Amino acid sequence: MTTRHHRRAMATGAAVVGLALTLAACSGDAETTPESTGNGGEGAETNDALDAALERGGDLTYWTWTPSAEAQVEAFMDAYPNVNVEVVDTGGAADNNLDLQNAISAGSGVPDVVQVEYQALPQFVLPGALLDLSEYGFGEYESLYTPSTWGAVSFSEGIWGLPQDSGPMALFYNKRVFDEYGIEVPATWDEFVEAGRTLRESGDDVWITNDYGGDAGFGTSMMWQAGGLPFQIDGENVTIDLQDEGTTRWAETWNPLIEEDLLADIPGWSDEWFTALSDGTIASLPIGAWMPGVLESSAPGGAGDWAVAPMPTYDGEPATAENGGSSQAVTAQSEDPELAAAFLRWLNASDESVEVFLASGGFPATVADLESEEFQAYESEYFGGQRINEVLVDATNSVLPGWQYLPWQAYANSIYPDTVGQAYLSGADLNEGLLNWQDQNIQYGSDQGFTVNP
Amino acid sequence: MKRAAPAFDRSPSALRPRRSIPLGIVMAVFLIYAFLPLVWLLINATKTQGDISTTFGLWFGSEFALWDNIVETLTYGDGIFLTWLANTMIYVIAGAGGATLLATLAGYGLAKYSFPGKRAVFAIVLGAIAVPGTALAVPTFLMFSQLGLTNTMWAIIIPSLISPFGLYLIWVYAVDAVPTELLEAARVDGAGEFRTFFTVALRLLAPGIVTVALFAIVATWNNYFLPLIMLNDPQLFPLTIGLQQWNLQATGVGSDPIFHLVITGSLLTIIPIVIAFLLLQRFWQSGLSAGSVKQ
Amino acid sequence: MVVFALTFIAPLVYSVYLSLFRDQLVGGNVFVGLDNYAQAFADEKLLEGALRVGAFLAVQVPIMLVLALIAALAIDSKRLAGSSLFRIGLFLPYAVPGVVAVLMWGFIYSERLGLAGDVNDTVGFDLMTPLSGDWILFAIGNIVTWEFMGYNMLIFYSALRAVSHDVYEAAAIDGAGQFRIIWNIKLPALRGALVIATIFSIIGSFQLFNEPNILKSLVPTLITTFYTPNMYAYNLSFVGQQVNYAATVAIIMGVITAVIAYVVQLRGTRGGAR
Repeated sequence: MTTRHHRRAMATGAAVVGLALTLAACSGDAETTPESTGNGGEGAETNDALDAALERGGDLTYWTWTPSAEAQVEAFMDAYPNVNVEVVDTGGAADNNLDLQNAISAGSGVPDVVQVEYQALPQFVLPGALLDLSEYGFGEYESLYTPSTWGAVSFSEGIWGLPQDSGPMALFYNKRVFDEYGIEVPATWDEFVEAGRTLRESGDDVWITNDYGGDAGFGTSMMWQAGGLPFQIDGENVTIDLQDEGTTRWAETWNPLIEEDLLADIPGWSDEWFTALSDGTIASLPIGAWMPGVLESSAPGGAGDWAVAPMPTYDGEPATAENGGSSQAVTAQSEDPELAAAFLRWLNASDESVEVFLASGGFPATVADLESEEFQAYESEYFGGQRINEVLVDATNSVLPGWQYLPWQAYANSIYPDTVGQAYLSGADLNEGLLNWQDQNIQYGSDQGFTVNP
Repeated sequence: MKRAAPAFDRSPSALRPRRSIPLGIVMAVFLIYAFLPLVWLLINATKTQGDISTTFGLWFGSEFALWDNIVETLTYGDGIFLTWLANTMIYVIAGAGGATLLATLAGYGLAKYSFPGKRAVFAIVLGAIAVPGTALAVPTFLMFSQLGLTNTMWAIIIPSLISPFGLYLIWVYAVDAVPTELLEAARVDGAGEFRTFFTVALRLLAPGIVTVALFAIVATWNNYFLPLIMLNDPQLFPLTIGLQQWNLQATGVGSDPIFHLVITGSLLTIIPIVIAFLLLQRFWQSGLSAGSVKQ
Repeated sequence: MVVFALTFIAPLVYSVYLSLFRDQLVGGNVFVGLDNYAQAFADEKLLEGALRVGAFLAVQVPIMLVLALIAALAIDSKRLAGSSLFRIGLFLPYAVPGVVAVLMWGFIYSERLGLAGDVNDTVGFDLMTPLSGDWILFAIGNIVTWEFMGYNMLIFYSALRAVSHDVYEAAAIDGAGQFRIIWNIKLPALRGALVIATIFSIIGSFQLFNEPNILKSLVPTLITTFYTPNMYAYNLSFVGQQVNYAATVAIIMGVITAVIAYVVQLRGTRGGAR
């Protein structure tokens, strides 16, 4: 774990570390430190209780796959020597969800604090696996975070975690390839599709982007970006409509890409994928704002080639969606919820911790960090000196509101390749795949006792 | 090699001394097929992460990085690979060792003592071989989780202890290899049942036991499904699960691909078990024949 | 026997018990009798998975066993130089953990980076596309064959070695050729070993899980969550939280496997007595 962090930190480069230090210097005057935001009333009392827990100390277990977790926890234990936090590296979101679900149903081995993707939160909230943090006065931290990330952790009349990072989508593109084939940066999706055609007509092994139909996270973010609201959850009443206006808009745009075979069938995160990002085989990626760190460390061959632009739009109105990103939450089975909540508060709401996270190449969810001039003025060497954060922070502000995930999103995502993905395989209409996905989700939801309306 | 199969090499060669070239070619194809992925693994373990994807699969890359890769594999993540290796060893010794012991005792008992219902036991054992082990994995997980055994080493060791195939093998082997008269003689001499077992039977059973042990070792060393569902603490992982976690580590927001370590780690995982195979081959040779002829 | 009961009988009983209930995210645990079984028998996904492993079994198992048989006969024929090298060499893949085997073959199969891609570049067109819809099942079959051919070969070879050499000499004196010896002496001697190997291969096919599950990360849409019944049960239970239904699927597949294995064995042994 430690090695992993160091590797990442080095790969990200001294520039970012330097930036983080400047950040620390400028925001270290406690303007956003949670301890100082207590303003009397209930909040102050609960803050006292949490502070007391930190003094008293104890043992915590923290499950995460964030590369900087180990370093953050070290800093925490330096500050609060009475607390001992054991970090368990769960490897990735999918394994983390499985393990958490297993531990909860087994009723043993549940961690105190756990990293949960935004999209997986509802599925743990509904069965009561997570602690409602509003009882510790966490409501007052709302102003620290971007609206979309705060919205992702606060629903069903509770606060279920604190945001760690965010991933507003932007269009990452390989400028060298675009120039070579005479492609302008697409401002609309129509131009994007046209760029895809231009690249394929060249006859070279170069593609506008890769999409295998296997990544539900990408699909749902694209629906979101098109203004779709296919999932509406009200307690046990769930509405699923994968044919609403926005979702159909995405499907209609994406259909020609599938039918004309304009998408590289390279599965994301494979060795092939990283190679294709390095050598320009994949010319662009609509993906979350955390991507620069990944590109720098894992596609070194693309250094100097890549640039970032706002997401293409449907109607000229800037619009984007969150893609990936996670929060940390306290489990209901935690034996020391006060201490766990206090650790969580430090982890995602204190400058000391967020700095470490930023230094590792993460993209924050905290407004203060996003809006700081130093952050926005950072010129990325990998991106040829572009001020990438200006673009990415703009994206943060144009995330469309109202999106919700299913209370069984992990399962829904697992069957996405079985349904929507099949349309990619056969080159069929994406809407058929979406309808199939809808049917299976309605079936599953009903089996699980939900009232599901199509 | 000669020592490995003495009976074979000393057999009357007058029968067919002629070597067949076409046959040799056919078998060479077989051998290439068997070795191809292993050669690929060996060559690619010498490459850097970049070279793996950019250079020809069956030839060396621009740099010879085998040593660096091994060092990085062993030290990555505070040396977690060594923890996984140690865990695998524990699972193999406790699981495979226990399985061999139980199979030997039970198989011997079933072969040499008659008791009512023996036929039924035989049928159950054969049935047990037929029931898919993975079909039991899910209920076993649920049961173990209620007993608080999941995410402990016991969750891997206890299910490994049962080897219906091993039991069956020892059983049929013991019927032949341990003459009942010999046991009678020992009993007449006044030896107790346990002494008889340890002084007389155990030695005769040795080849069968080694065979069972070997298969149990391979089974536990290669176990994937069981630890996949039982464990979530990386500190308890065996090598197989650990390697797959490394493989999947390239995925998602905190992505950190280490495919070169996955390859080198795979190579390091294979080496001990191959050595065990080669060292013990003279035993499994003779042990297996008993199990398969009888039926 | 206690351990046997704990790890074998108890889970079996428990899974039968589980299969009679349905646990819901909303509404809790209710007794549903045989509803799960009714659902399973009408489940197209389960049927598809079962048919797939059936087809897999019908093609892969005979190929693997015939190859293993040829190898065993060749090594036993004494007309081969360095037969012990072949014996060990062919057996070696069995020692390779399934995970590692799939990872290796996965890299080799890759059309852009792997050997398959190198071959395609050499011949100039897409000769080998192991990770495409038409070939993926064969790609899995190849991995399984690679892993277990040597193991089966060894079972056959051991059985052949048990045949007394007097028999061969007598046959040779009678003027019987190699192929007659194989047909009249060796193959009958292999009957028991064949039955065993077939049963194990059938069980292995029905339990197919590791290979497709690990390959899935390379071809997420080709290998569905219900690609094999075992994957289906796993995903139902661990991703979908449908433990009860997963237990039902596991029981049905267990019974089918046991019945087929039992039939093969009966036929095998009865034939032997004939």
